[in-house]
This record gives sequence, structure tokens and C-alpha cells, in this order.
Amino acid sequence: MSNLSVLIEAPILLVQLVVSGILVGAIFALVAYGMALVWGVMNIINIAQGEFVMLGGYVVFYLAGAGVPPLLGIPIAAATMFALSFALYRAVIHRIVGRDMFVSILATFGISILLQQLANQLFSADIRTLSSGLPSLSFDNGMISIAGVKVVGFVAALVVGAALFLFLRHTRIGRAIRATAQNARAARVLGIDTDRVYATTFALNGAICGAAGGLVAMTWFVQPYLGLTYTLRSFMIVVAAGLGNLPGVIVAGSALGVLEEAAGFVLGAEYQTAFIFLLLIVLLVGRNLLLWRQRKYLR
Amino acid sequence: MKRRSDIALLAGIGVLGVVAPWIAPTIVTQLAFLWLMILFAVTWDVNGGQMGYNSFGNVFFFGIGVYVCALIQRNAGLPYYPALFIGTALGGLGGLVAALALGPAILGIRGHYFAIATLGLSIVAADVASAWEYIGAASGLTLPQFPGAIGDRNRFFYYLLFALAAITFLAARALYRTRLGLAMNAIRDNEDKAEAMGVHTTRTKVFAWCVSAFFLGAAGGPVGNLVGFIDPRDLAFAGATFGVWMVLMAVLGGKGTLWGPVIGATIFHVTQELFWTYLLGWQRVAMGLLIVVIVVFFPTGVVGWLSRLRHPRKRLQSTTIAESAP
Repeated sequence: MSNLSVLIEAPILLVQLVVSGILVGAIFALVAYGMALVWGVMNIINIAQGEFVMLGGYVVFYLAGAGVPPLLGIPIAAATMFALSFALYRAVIHRIVGRDMFVSILATFGISILLQQLANQLFSADIRTLSSGLPSLSFDNGMISIAGVKVVGFVAALVVGAALFLFLRHTRIGRAIRATAQNARAARVLGIDTDRVYATTFALNGAICGAAGGLVAMTWFVQPYLGLTYTLRSFMIVVAAGLGNLPGVIVAGSALGVLEEAAGFVLGAEYQTAFIFLLLIVLLVGRNLLLWRQRKYLR
Repeated sequence: MKRRSDIALLAGIGVLGVVAPWIAPTIVTQLAFLWLMILFAVTWDVNGGQMGYNSFGNVFFFGIGVYVCALIQRNAGLPYYPALFIGTALGGLGGLVAALALGPAILGIRGHYFAIATLGLSIVAADVASAWEYIGAASGLTLPQFPGAIGDRNRFFYYLLFALAAITFLAARALYRTRLGLAMNAIRDNEDKAEAMGVHTTRTKVFAWCVSAFFLGAAGGPVGNLVGFIDPRDLAFAGATFGVWMVLMAVLGGKGTLWGPVIGATIFHVTQELFWTYLLGWQRVAMGLLIVVIVVFFPTGVVGWLSRLRHPRKRLQSTTIAESAP
């Protein structure tokens, strides 16, 4: 808590926390957008979301080890995760589309344990870091310093987000995805192959997570157990923003980034994850209580 | 007739439970954990299967029980046995109070949201327990030595866990026969209609959660003492093992049935003890695979499968999770 007084005496640090939070928030928003896509189109909450991020991170990490620059590794990670998620859809996910929510949550939870433990066996539990080779940017005589890699991550997240937006808006399959999200039955009647749409959506989500994973590996580190925090962060952002609300997702992602940076600074790093999850519960209970006045509940 | 065979079955299991440590003295600890697993699965099913509130964080209450009992033993300054028994009782009470305090808010959330909120709850607890110095933080707590021979020690905790599991099962069995049990099923099948029919939904939900929480909390003390050392993430708030197993065992046996969790826990625990060591570190990978296979291909579990074998035409109604309303 002593850091709180530091913050009050030097409000300039707050600026650093906010800027840094907004920059990393874009990566959270990217993962959350993928989750919202799968949730909205297939009505599945993908608990393995964070594990896709983790695997994307490992792809970039090992590519960097082989001499590929991280920024070039990101599209490769996205492509790899696209293929892996597509395979996962064909193996498991297509059997749970349209089934009870309990089945889809528990099945994707199983997948998340599977991927996490596989990563643990194959890549070991060590924390892997990747040096981006980018300098830190300093402002105001060094009072504020922002890691250059966060700026790059932010821009890359925006680029991927914009590409996704244009894809969904203007391509044929993108339109089919949106039509299926609105009404899967009507889409089938009109001749859309919804199974293919689901496969594409799920694989697309994998690609988004793979790209985000590369950014995560560049900004922080990769480790087999980091998945669940990303899953819950995305869930939280989607709950706060609502499905199919891209600006909302960006705002909620940035807000979460800022809150997390501030909490990590004030409470200390050991309570940072606890803080995120507590925030999740508070958010869910709070939103639910607001709806409860009209005798409604979160759906 | 059915009732009589039911009671004969219970008595048979009871006798088996009492004589088991004398028949197989080398595996008393494993048998004690078998009763623990049965308790886990049954308590999970009280709200998960019977009421449709699929909690992914019931291990939270277990952890509270583990720590409450350990703190009583450490700080109360009582002799061993009184401290253990008071600690166990207070552990149960601790779980109950936690469920009572959190229940009205968290049980108002439904479906996906409830599952994920409870998942968050157990992780928050694990994080806080591993950072809080007073309860040993990440380096854990060591429990007092058992005053007696090592063979007696394991047998003592075996009987304690056996008794707890038996009481839990009988309590759940009694609960499902009351109006409250019916109200719980009504909430699972359609909560809005149940409420319109005059069921006090919030009260019922909180009560059922408290039942689970009480028995989970009470189990915490003996388990902590049996293991002898409390690790916040590997024993008390072990979401990756106990927390997942609870759900898996209940689903494996057949969720929403009385005997399903017992059967599921037994199959799971025996399989785990027999084959798990051959997997050499790949156990948890196998666990993930097992979850996916069971949930996707056998969502009604062993009991559902048996009843389909017996009545091939009749479809399972309320216990079928695959068909229930979203």
C-alpha cells in the first residue's frame, strides 16, 4: 500500500500507468474480440481461449530462436493457430455446437487443460522471454518511460482488429459469419453452409489469439499456465461490453489494462491476478443486480 | 421392495467401509481418499446436478475448511483431539458461512456466468492464500503430529473421512426426498417457472449451496491432517486437481442422480490409483483428454447409460443434460 502514497506524491506516474494500461489493453481487447466472435456466432464460450494465446506465444518464441524476427513471426503464429483451431473444430468443437452450455464449457475447459499440460510437457514450465530489441521511449525528462514494444503491440493489435473488421464487413464468408450470428436457421435456409461458417469462425478466432499470443510473448513472457488469466480477462471484457460491440470491447479492454497496471503498482504483483478475478466476480454480480431490478438476469 | 434392496445395499457398503482397513491395511490412505472423492462428487452434485448450478469453484469451501481447522489447531492451544474435532466442525461452519454470505449475490447469476464466476472465486482464494503471510503464504502450513502410531494415524483419518462421506451421502439422499429436493430439481428444469409456481428460488439455492459447503468444509480438516502439510494451490484450493475432479466424477457417474456421483468417484479414483503412475507425468494431459471425451460422448454418465440399457425406448428426461433448456 505504500506505493499508493508514491502515486499521490508523483501524479506523473499515474500518466505512465494509464498510457501503459491503454497500450496493453489493446492486446486484451483483441483476444476478447475473438471470444465475442465465437460466442456470438456459435454460442460457445471458449475456455481454451487463453491457451490459444499461450501457444501463439510459443510459436513466436521458437521462431525467434530460429532467427525469424518477432514481428514476422506473428503472421506465422496466426496461421499455425488457424490450422490448429480448424483441426480442433473438426475433431471436437463441431460436436458441441448447439448443445447445452454445460457441455460446451466443460469440453472447452478440458481442451484448455489438455493444451496447457501438453505445453508443460513439451516446452517445460520455464518462463520464456523474448527480447524485442526495441528501445524504451522516455518523456518528461525520463519521468515517464514506455516500453517501445508496447507501442508496437498496440499498433499491431489495431491493425489486426481493423483487418478483422473489414473481413467481416466486406468478404462473402465474413458476411456469412454475420448472417449466421443473427439467425443460424435462416442462414441455412438461404443456402449458407453453417458448418463451414462455424469452422471458419473458430479457426479465425484461433488466428486472432495466435497473433495476440505473439504480442504477449514480445511484451511480457510465455509460460504454459498463463492461459486462464487471458480467458477470464476476455470474458470480463465481453461481459462489460456486450456481444458484437467492437468499440465497447476496445474501451473495456483499455479500462481493464489501466486498472490492472494500477492494481499491480498499488497492491503489488502477487495480488494482481487475484485482483483481476475479484473484479470479474464484482462485475458479474454488479451487472446482475442492475438487471435484477427489472426481474431479469444476465444471459 | 425397492426400498428394502436400497437399504441392504447401503448396509453392505457400510460394512465394507468398516472392515476395509483390516482387509487391505496397505492402502488405507488411498481408501481414505476414495471416501473423500465420493464426498466431493456428492457435494458437487447437490448444486451442480440436482439444481443445475454448475459450480467450478466448490473447492473454495474445501480450502476454507482446511485452513480453519489448521488455524484452530495452531492457535487455540488445545490438546490434539479436541482441537481436531472442534477445527473440523468449525471448518464446516466456515464453509457454510462463506456460502451463506456469497450465495445470495453469486447464485443470482445463471448459466455460463455462474460457472465462470465460481471458477474466478476459487482462483482468487488460491492467490490470496498463497500471498497471505498469516496462513503461511506460498510456503504452506505444517500440521501438528498425530499422537500415536503411524498405522493408527491413517486408520483414524480413514474412519473420520468414511464417516463424513457416509453422513454426506445420507444427508443428500434425505434432502432429495423432501420438498426442498423437488424445488431444487424444479430450479434446474426451469427457474422462472419454478419461481412463478411459488418456489423461494433464492432461499432454496442458498440452502443447497450451504449443504455442499458445510460438508466440503468439514472434510477439509481431516484431509489437511491426513496429508500433514497444507499447500495453498496443491491441497487447499487445488482447482486444477480436486476442483476439476469434482465435476468430472459427477459427470462420469451421471449428474443429477443419487448414485451417479458415488459410482463416478469410485471408477475415477480406482482408475487413477491403478493406471495413473504408468503415465509418467502425462497424467494431466490424459485428464484433459478424459474430460473432453466424457463430456462430449457420454454426457449422461454411467447411470444414464445403464438406464438407457434397461429402458431402451424411454428417454431420460430431467437428468439428461444434453437436452435441457439453455
